[in-house]
Amino acid sequence: MNFFCAKYPRLIAFAAVAALNVIVVCGTFAADPPDAAAPPVLLIQNATIITISHGTIEHGSILIRDGKIAEVGQSIAKPQGAEVIDANGQFVMPGIIDCHSHIAVDGSVNEGSVSVSSMVNIADVLNPDDIDIYRDLAGGVTVANVLHGSANSIGGQTVVIKLRWGAPASRLPFEGAMPGIKFALGENPKRSNFSIRGQEKRYPATRMGVEETIRAAFTEARDYKSKWDDYNKRTSGGEKNLIPPRRDLRLDPLVEVLEGKRYVHSHCYREDEILMLLRVAKEFGFKVRTFQHVLEGYKVADEIAASGAGASTFSDWWAYKVEAYDAIPYNAAIMTRRGVVVSINSDDAEEATHLNQEAAKSIRYGGLSREEALKMVTINPAMQLGIDKRVGTIDVGKDADLVIYNHDPLSAYAVVQKTLIDGRVYFDRVRDIAERADREKEKKAAEKKSEDKKSEDKKQNEKKPDDKPMPPQSGQGSANNETHEVDSALVSARGAL
Amino acid sequence: MNFVSATAILRNGVILAVVFLFPALLAAQQPTPKADAPKAYALVHAKIFTLAGAPIENGTLIIRDGKIAAVGGQVEVPQDAQVINAEGLQIYPGMFDPITQMGLREIGAVNSTVDSTETGNYNPDVVALTAVSPSSEHIPVTRVAGITEVLAVPASGGMDSFGPSGVIGGQASAIYLAGWTVDDMQLKRSVAMVVNWPEIQTKTFDFTTFSRKEKPYTEAKQEYDKQVTELTDWIERARHYAQAMGHGGPADFSRDLKLEALVPVVRGQLPLLVFADRSREIRNAVEFCDKQNLKMILAGGSEAYKLKDLLRSRSIPVILRPVLTLPLYEDDPYDRLLSQPAELSAAGIKFAFGSFDNSFARRLGQNAANAVAYGLPYDEALKAVTLYPAQIFGLADQVGTLESGKIANVIVTNGDPLEITSEVRYLFIRGQLTSLDNRHKRLFEKYSARPKP
Repeated sequence: MNFFCAKYPRLIAFAAVAALNVIVVCGTFAADPPDAAAPPVLLIQNATIITISHGTIEHGSILIRDGKIAEVGQSIAKPQGAEVIDANGQFVMPGIIDCHSHIAVDGSVNEGSVSVSSMVNIADVLNPDDIDIYRDLAGGVTVANVLHGSANSIGGQTVVIKLRWGAPASRLPFEGAMPGIKFALGENPKRSNFSIRGQEKRYPATRMGVEETIRAAFTEARDYKSKWDDYNKRTSGGEKNLIPPRRDLRLDPLVEVLEGKRYVHSHCYREDEILMLLRVAKEFGFKVRTFQHVLEGYKVADEIAASGAGASTFSDWWAYKVEAYDAIPYNAAIMTRRGVVVSINSDDAEEATHLNQEAAKSIRYGGLSREEALKMVTINPAMQLGIDKRVGTIDVGKDADLVIYNHDPLSAYAVVQKTLIDGRVYFDRVRDIAERADREKEKKAAEKKSEDKKSEDKKQNEKKPDDKPMPPQSGQGSANNETHEVDSALVSARGAL
Repeated sequence: MNFVSATAILRNGVILAVVFLFPALLAAQQPTPKADAPKAYALVHAKIFTLAGAPIENGTLIIRDGKIAAVGGQVEVPQDAQVINAEGLQIYPGMFDPITQMGLREIGAVNSTVDSTETGNYNPDVVALTAVSPSSEHIPVTRVAGITEVLAVPASGGMDSFGPSGVIGGQASAIYLAGWTVDDMQLKRSVAMVVNWPEIQTKTFDFTTFSRKEKPYTEAKQEYDKQVTELTDWIERARHYAQAMGHGGPADFSRDLKLEALVPVVRGQLPLLVFADRSREIRNAVEFCDKQNLKMILAGGSEAYKLKDLLRSRSIPVILRPVLTLPLYEDDPYDRLLSQPAELSAAGIKFAFGSFDNSFARRLGQNAANAVAYGLPYDEALKAVTLYPAQIFGLADQVGTLESGKIANVIVTNGDPLEITSEVRYLFIRGQLTSLDNRHKRLFEKYSARPKP
């Protein structure tokens, strides 16, 4: 789902979703939301528990009360009335946190018309029916940092969500998580690869211009802030009848950045632009919370570490554009060794379904330990998003956001069995498989109903040919097939992976 | 950070030790063949998975003159062979990725580095091998993942496929992932003719204007029909051309390079590699090949599971796109592509895994392993990245298993080659010990050694 974001191979697949606004008629058969609320008390037993914070517990148990982890240990007595999940032979770890996602966004992720689009907010366009929420849940993801695209030097506002499939959009945001804003450096904001015939080039068209775009915006934001500061000071000093400064929706989020109330998540590739943003941040007195993708982060790992910024990168993507030509699968390992808090992200609904495997690649490429690898999809992204008090490890008091695998999660042979958020099972492989036949039946019935209605309409039309406009030509009326055609044609296009 | 530097020193120490102890081995890890390379190698004390029989414990593999000379539990080590002790390691045939754009594309977004798709709709005469760059950085990067040979497939998409890829895309070439020249790399110049089966598309995206385009179904259908008619016409003209070639000399007809390229196709000597994913297109393609009496290999095959009987009855093999791909439809089961290989295998349909890409080719093993996680027997997964692609493209007499007489494309690993964390320790292509160095490793070493600022 990363049209302007990072990577080409998914371009065509993405076009299906974002550019064409394909409406797939068949709705939400793929999974019914769990109908009951979370059981007040849930006990997971006999599991290999990968706590992330304090080692691995063999044949351990986790007690969950009211959505929180109440107890973790070797043997926990089953409280009266507790529901039990027997995880014999299975592995439990904290739910995966994807620090760079574009799922659950209604329409395009880019307001690409201007290079400072800080006025728009992804939180306003969350789509709780996006099937990718469910697919990523089935890959063990429980939290996603949903970002604006990378067409702009300063992009839109971002939101951290929990993948509460079935809940309305209002319940997706992670309560209390710091909001963010997307920045982007390099080829995407300078529109290197997206020239549109007949359209004038948009400023900036160079990395020099990207820097100046950001500096100009923060210069404005600083002035704007001082006007407000002055106004607030004078009103609280008792002055009456002052005219407040005119509200600027574009600058408000930047003022929040200056005040440390909004995280900066900056898309970047090359080492020079990483240092550029650190310089600009220092000039204006704000912090870069995370560098996203940061494929040349390994070249300036010490500088990133010294700045306190986190780094959220791909496992092994490379060569899709010039700024990704020096991308190496050792990136995460080098940055980790130099003291950077590193996460592995997806940028893509499919990639998110196996982030555990992507993390494992840093064991092979760079020699990270198992623990270090798993941290990169759990506690490290939690730290980067400022939600590490709530999620990212299996510890008493934390949210019961958990994923249960049938094998070691660092193996390509591991399959997610259950995914829990707030102690509630949102994905259950056994249940998903069991419900497939019913869903298929439901789908067939709906299709038949639609066909029946069509032939009924046709009869009606034939009876009164003059009353109504002509019925659709053959094929045209078959909305079902048609949308499928587009969807699949694009998804299956050779570019899909 | 003290701890970190200590481990770094330790690791460097280990590297130094290796360099010190095995200079001969490292010297040999050059592009192949090197002038002073040993005549023969003996890999001893390994567990050998020949894929032509049961695994051999504590086995020996002898490589001589680019071929496997012997393999087994009781094999004598020749005097002139360089011995590699592979105790604790495992030996497999190198993996074979049957759909890539290897050597045809360096950087997706940079047109001047892209030679993977010719313009125009009908290009049967273009041959991938012609444009394969032996210096591509992708080749050594892919090699490290245990892949020793691939097909370079024109018009097979990947990152430069912003528009249509044409109907007849050209000829795919089988190449070794090592060689000083493109001639060194040639396994077989022409192994299949690429056809992108037309699709009925009412909605498309115009990349030149970045806008959506929509047309009525009837119009889209007409375009589809037109392309299928044109394709039929090409095949029928090629058949007449082949007849004319058989009957008269060059004086009787003017030479046509495009039709000439299709002659092996109509004579049944060259299969069509037909890209199609949805069941309707697959069915139409199969019917077409039936009617025209052409040999077909299906590529993509996302909905092959819907046509198991048809594919089996026609013995049509499938090159499956990565199982790590989202389902075609919103209402498909979330694991639709992950579980398909198990379903096809149970139905007796022959398939191989392909990466369908260049920079993602190194995920071939990962994809095969994921299919195992969703029910495919492990041995079948292993064969689907070695023996089966070789069989499907008629190269199994040369590669795909470890049997004496076959070309020595061999990997020595520290574990299951499909598993993410396993590493390739030695790699042979055409019997030459081949370098495991690459751009990524060099950058890793360079920047690991960067002093603190």
